[in-house]
Amino acid sequence: MIPGDLKYTKDHEWAKIDLNHAVIGITDHAQKELGDITFVEVPETKTILKQGGALSTVESVKAASDIYAPVSGEIIEANEALADKPELINQSPYEKGWLCKIKLSDPKEASKLMDARQYEEYLNTLKK
Amino acid sequence: MELIFEISKNGKKAYTLPECDISSDKQIEQKYLRKQDARLVEVSELDVIRHFTALSKMNFSVDSNFYPLGSCTMKYNPKFTEYLASLDGFCMLHPLLPQIKGGEKLSQGALTIIYELEKLLCEITGMDEFTSQPMAGAHGELTGIMIIAHYHKLKGEQRKIVLIPDLGHGTNPASAAIAGYQVRAIPSGKDGLMDMGCLKKELTKDVAAIMLTCPDTLGIFNPKIKEIADLAHKAGALMYYDGANLNAILGKARPGDLGFDVVHLNLHKTFATPHGGGGPGAGPVGVKKELAKYLPIPRIKQDKGELSLDFSMKFSIGNIAPFYGNFLVLVKAYAYIILLGGEGLVEASENAVLNANYIMHKLKDYYDLPFKRACMHECVFSASKQSEKGVHAIDIAKALIDKGIHPPTVYFPLIVKEAMMIEPTETESKQTLDNFISIMIEIAKLADKDPQKFKEFPKTTPVKRLDEVKAAKDLNLSA
Repeated sequence: MIPGDLKYTKDHEWAKIDLNHAVIGITDHAQKELGDITFVEVPETKTILKQGGALSTVESVKAASDIYAPVSGEIIEANEALADKPELINQSPYEKGWLCKIKLSDPKEASKLMDARQYEEYLNTLKK
Repeated sequence: MELIFEISKNGKKAYTLPECDISSDKQIEQKYLRKQDARLVEVSELDVIRHFTALSKMNFSVDSNFYPLGSCTMKYNPKFTEYLASLDGFCMLHPLLPQIKGGEKLSQGALTIIYELEKLLCEITGMDEFTSQPMAGAHGELTGIMIIAHYHKLKGEQRKIVLIPDLGHGTNPASAAIAGYQVRAIPSGKDGLMDMGCLKKELTKDVAAIMLTCPDTLGIFNPKIKEIADLAHKAGALMYYDGANLNAILGKARPGDLGFDVVHLNLHKTFATPHGGGGPGAGPVGVKKELAKYLPIPRIKQDKGELSLDFSMKFSIGNIAPFYGNFLVLVKAYAYIILLGGEGLVEASENAVLNANYIMHKLKDYYDLPFKRACMHECVFSASKQSEKGVHAIDIAKALIDKGIHPPTVYFPLIVKEAMMIEPTETESKQTLDNFISIMIEIAKLADKDPQKFKEFPKTTPVKRLDEVKAAKDLNLSA
């Protein structure tokens, strides 16, 4: 289940881009690889991010992993529910488990991201 | 098992106090006395002995079981070092004695041990000077990276970045960040070695150092290590050696000869000092000549055959510890090196490497081996084959506990999916390894035939499968 309306990174983040804004999260593949998530560092609003820069850290029973910003911009909203319920990412990576909303500083960057079909092909190369 | 508070019975005791010889008119005033009795257990001596002996039996320890976690976490240390470190001459010595006027004359023996240990570590690692002050490995790492920062600063350079391979130990980026550096990860290629193209791109004039361990956390000795060091030096950066895996190369290769400028050693990993339990630790730091003047104060100086502490180094990074290291830990490492000698140390490394390769060879048909090349002191498998059936590295770990074997490190290094890092260490015999191998094969076969079974493991332990998510999320350490 790879939603067709999202853009993807090689680090398994997704971005739902709507003109000048993007909602960010991690993919179903990422949450499966991490296993049960026990902590999410909820991003702070007003933080300015650069594409590929560290956005947050999630911890699972296996490891702590950095999450990188798929696009540049300013965080205007964060999913505060994750502070108490990090498992939302496991249960609903593309809906209730979203991480934050970014106001894009460079909407053209989105062209560097993969679409659903490319991401699926990328996941297939990882299996080999 | 009952808690000791549950065994407690009013009036029971395990002591006899002498009669109070303070006259009754000198009793403590009422207002200073507690209103309620302290909540202490009331038990007999035998109750205490039985309770804590029973508790210790529930524990898993290297004195009773095989622990393929290796040098990082648990490794057998010969007991003679414990005896030596417990001698009165060492453990009754006051740590401030060499610092008071004339006190150094009374602590020549202790100073000689530290001085000679530092010389021996120089010889073993190919460095020019060592300090054995840092109180633990992480403290040594920070000391080492602070020396690097100090070196660049006094040269008038503002370098901001430290490069670390993506399979580095987690403490490396932590130490670099605490010292004020930004950390950049260098990815590993398909062969498990550092991506040289990426290194060259990242190695700008802004890089202060490359921090790495060799052999690395995959147990692989990077054949391009000299080339990496040359590139770093050409760019004006220093090479930092994380000594975690030195136990693989004693007498075979020396970090100083490979081009490293700063080295920290975890004495417990290579020189038989205590593991676990929070220490006490020791993380000596070695440097090349050009960096010696930056070492922390004091240094041990020799003048006409007499040793004393020298506080007069004006380029030093300063004080890093209240005393000169954890002295009794240094005594143990010194004793171990002296007893084994050069030949013994080489043999320890050879056995560590032989044992890891033996396991790798015997298990490679049963578990996926992501990097197929001879390993050093540890080998890294992936449980990817078993995962397809729903049996993950963590399930294999739990199954091992039931067989009386401590699980190896799992899910590290991070670049290997379902990683299982096995480090048998030099002290384990062929019989122990063969037993471990046959159990691992049995587990692989069970994973293939009956993967559902794994959800029940472990079955033989005092507590059964723990809820690790709950343990991480709802940590409650108070009663």
